[in-house]
Amino acid sequence: MDYSLLATEILTAVIGLLVLVSGLVLPQRGREIVGKMSVLALLLVLIYTIFRFHVHQSFFGGIYLVDSYGSFFKILFLLAALLVMLSTGKYIERFRERSSEFYALMIFATLGMMIMACAGDLITVYLGLELMTVSFYILTAYLLNDERSAEAGLKYLILGAVSSAVMLFGVSLIYALSGTTVIGEIAAKINTQPALIAGIVMLLAGFAFKISAVPFHMWAPDIYQGAPIPVTTYLAVGSKAAGFAALVRIFMIALPLSQFNWTLMLAVLAALTIIIGNLIALTQKDVKRLLAYSSIAQAGYILAGLVAANAYGLKGVLFYAMLYVFSNTGAFAVATAVEVDTGSTDISSFAGLGNRSPLLAAVMTICMLSLAGIPPLAGFAGKFYLFSGAVQSGYLWLAFIGLIMSMISVYYYLQVAKVMYIGEEAKPNEKMEVGGVARFAMWICLLGTIFLGVYPAPLSNLAQTAIQLFM
Amino acid sequence: MNHMPILSLTLFIPVIGAIIIMALPKDQEKAIKYISALSTFISLALSLLVFITYDRSTGGMQFIESIPWIKDLGVSYALGVDGISMPLLLLTNLIGFSAVYASWNIRERVKEFFTLLLILITGVMGTFVATDLFIFFMFYEVVVIPIYLLVIMWGSTKRVTKEYAGMKLTIYLLIGSAFLLVGLIALFVTAQGMLGYPTMDITKLAGVDFPVGFQIFVYALMAFGFGTLLSMFPFHAWSPDGYAGAPTAVSMIHAGVLKKIGGYGLIRIGLFILPAGAKFIAPIIAVLAIGNVVYAAFICLSQKDLKYIVGYSSVSHMGYVLIGIAALNVISINGAVMMMFAHGVMAALFFSMIGNLYEKSHTRNVNDFGGLAHQMPRLAVGFMLAGLASLGLPGTVNFIGEFTIFVGAFSVFKVVAIIAITGIILTAVYILRTMADLLYGPRKEQWDHLQDLKGPEMIPLIVLGTAILVGGIFPSLVMDPISSGVSGLLAQIGTIQMGGIF
Repeated sequence: MDYSLLATEILTAVIGLLVLVSGLVLPQRGREIVGKMSVLALLLVLIYTIFRFHVHQSFFGGIYLVDSYGSFFKILFLLAALLVMLSTGKYIERFRERSSEFYALMIFATLGMMIMACAGDLITVYLGLELMTVSFYILTAYLLNDERSAEAGLKYLILGAVSSAVMLFGVSLIYALSGTTVIGEIAAKINTQPALIAGIVMLLAGFAFKISAVPFHMWAPDIYQGAPIPVTTYLAVGSKAAGFAALVRIFMIALPLSQFNWTLMLAVLAALTIIIGNLIALTQKDVKRLLAYSSIAQAGYILAGLVAANAYGLKGVLFYAMLYVFSNTGAFAVATAVEVDTGSTDISSFAGLGNRSPLLAAVMTICMLSLAGIPPLAGFAGKFYLFSGAVQSGYLWLAFIGLIMSMISVYYYLQVAKVMYIGEEAKPNEKMEVGGVARFAMWICLLGTIFLGVYPAPLSNLAQTAIQLFM
Repeated sequence: MNHMPILSLTLFIPVIGAIIIMALPKDQEKAIKYISALSTFISLALSLLVFITYDRSTGGMQFIESIPWIKDLGVSYALGVDGISMPLLLLTNLIGFSAVYASWNIRERVKEFFTLLLILITGVMGTFVATDLFIFFMFYEVVVIPIYLLVIMWGSTKRVTKEYAGMKLTIYLLIGSAFLLVGLIALFVTAQGMLGYPTMDITKLAGVDFPVGFQIFVYALMAFGFGTLLSMFPFHAWSPDGYAGAPTAVSMIHAGVLKKIGGYGLIRIGLFILPAGAKFIAPIIAVLAIGNVVYAAFICLSQKDLKYIVGYSSVSHMGYVLIGIAALNVISINGAVMMMFAHGVMAALFFSMIGNLYEKSHTRNVNDFGGLAHQMPRLAVGFMLAGLASLGLPGTVNFIGEFTIFVGAFSVFKVVAIIAITGIILTAVYILRTMADLLYGPRKEQWDHLQDLKGPEMIPLIVLGTAILVGGIFPSLVMDPISSGVSGLLAQIGTIQMGGIF
């Protein structure tokens, strides 16, 4: 075993610990640079991981796997973490004295996600999941003098713990029937019986909570609204992608369709998620909540790719998860800037953004339209993969629901665009100041969203390589 | 032919213009307008060049460009024009160029306006030159969002608010396109299953012999999607409200060319790829088309707002196009394409005149006016030209279109054709009455301050008026390529389907 192949994980852990320690030992002035240093360090790790994309190795009897599939998600998490850290901007002022812990927790959450994506064993998945979730429990409640933040943290803790328990119960049932927790070995040792189905359902319920699929989505809006926006962003982008990474690996490898056809169950879940997420989003007046419901709907679209369980569908899952990083982070970055400026994310505080800062309004509009799946933006290419997969597997009705609902979603996205461009301005003719770094992050999100939409080939090739192990 | 990617140039010069405009400072309004005018002019000149140098003796797809784009979906960036798409490309650029001049008096947010307008023009052009289904669809949806923004920012609120109009238009078109996209994905997946490799090439897809039931299903989805865009009865409600709320340039482009994407799609994609489906659904389309022609014409009779009159009248005229498409023979489809071209120039001219009048008088109510020919003789010429073309007067290009459609359709749908011909009479009634109320009669003092068209305002009248008359007097200029395109298309279907259908 070549442990150097674990360099990404090891480096991330070391960076996290260093950041944590530097917050304790460095004087106040020195701590200012901690944020910059962690961004730089993660960037280097990201570059290193990209070069190690094609490496394959299995560790400790298959309980930890380094492969293209895992690497794809590692790249995704690092990219998301970087974009979130960059787009935080002035928001960090709200917890300046604890900023190094903030970065440390973000990095630990990232590490947890990486472990989930690479885990070859159900227990390892759980380990990564808890590392990620515990970091998020703290991060969600990070605004100490904000009641909503504390409430969100507590809610997330309780509900998260319950969902973890349900998932563990499912894992234990599967272990009881197969005698192993190694994902690659389960398939050969199980046969269909009620206990197995119960196990699968519970496992799914646990993951459905993480990816906020209906009917396990109730937590998402409150927590997204209460948490500090950068945390919300990372929760929506990273935590969801990590959930999908593990879900896809477990379902595709450990639970072969020939044993038990779980696609219909997932299809119903996906359809409900798409419909309910979009319909509730229609009535939202707070942009954070609106994006929360929209991200529930997005989870439904991605789930449709797993329902398909074929090359297009799985490629769609990976493709969509990646573009979601750009589009969703872009939208949230604008919301962050607006909250810093106006103190609220109510839709009325976006009024006149088109005049106050044309860049922000453009980023918001384009990122949201990408989420709605309007070409030539990335979301369209992603949905095309997802629903081509679904149709290929015979789920035409799911494609119908998904595509029609995504057009309906344009309504609420355009409501925001409308307010930005023709709304009565709260602060007329006052330019909005956004820091250069946050601006840079927004440009990346904007260009990424457009580029992946116009020329999806490079990313779809990467995704193609990553899903080889399921084919 | 030559190696210059002339279609790509035509397509992307407005985008380059838009990028330059984005980089300019806000207050450079003159420069912004000149760049827009220049880039649309270059596109117009290039599309004229395409129109002239297109080799009519060989026919078929020409000026082909193809670059593999997304391999695993079989998508390539493929462009080309044949006799059907060429007149529509020309039409787009005629209207695009005129629309820039019709917006010459825009004062607010000039930069954003022209950026969006140029993107919109590119989107529309793209649908006509794309020979790949994926690229086609991409361009098709690109147009929807700029239109929404243009309507809500520069539209006018009269009978309905501009926000309402913009959203209604957007949601109608997007829901239609969702059905279309389902059909498209189903088509793609099934073709991949039958061919063994993925492709989005329209010609290759047309070569696949899809099962009849599947063809009917997908064609129905397309008829819904494209039908909504073409304002097919009963999915037409967006059209009059949308036009009424939209700024002049958007009304021109929307009524002039964007709607035609629906008709073009039904022919190029629906009929070409799914002939058996087309044959099955055609009678339903023909019956719905009567709703367009007659019902919308009756609504026109009771309208007072100029934009609503032209809006409903365009719904009514699209009925002719639908009948032409539904009759499924070379003559009727020739007529349909010709009618699309003709209606495009006519509607654009109409909307540009209305826009000009509204800009100066701030009202569009016919009853407020009278005797405008006294104060604004040039505007009156524009209105009369558009009006007479609208009622299909011989000598205008619209006559050729309507006549050909009915010649072609009469042999297939006798009853439908006879009922639809009454539409011509109704059109004459409401158009002539409107023109009389608006332009003739005693001079009204209150409008003495109105200035006649001058300078840049003349451009739409000259460009579009010329197109109406030249097309009407020398119809073969446009009709020959259309005819070669349509017969080429139908011949291909014939050989593929072993002559079972045509």
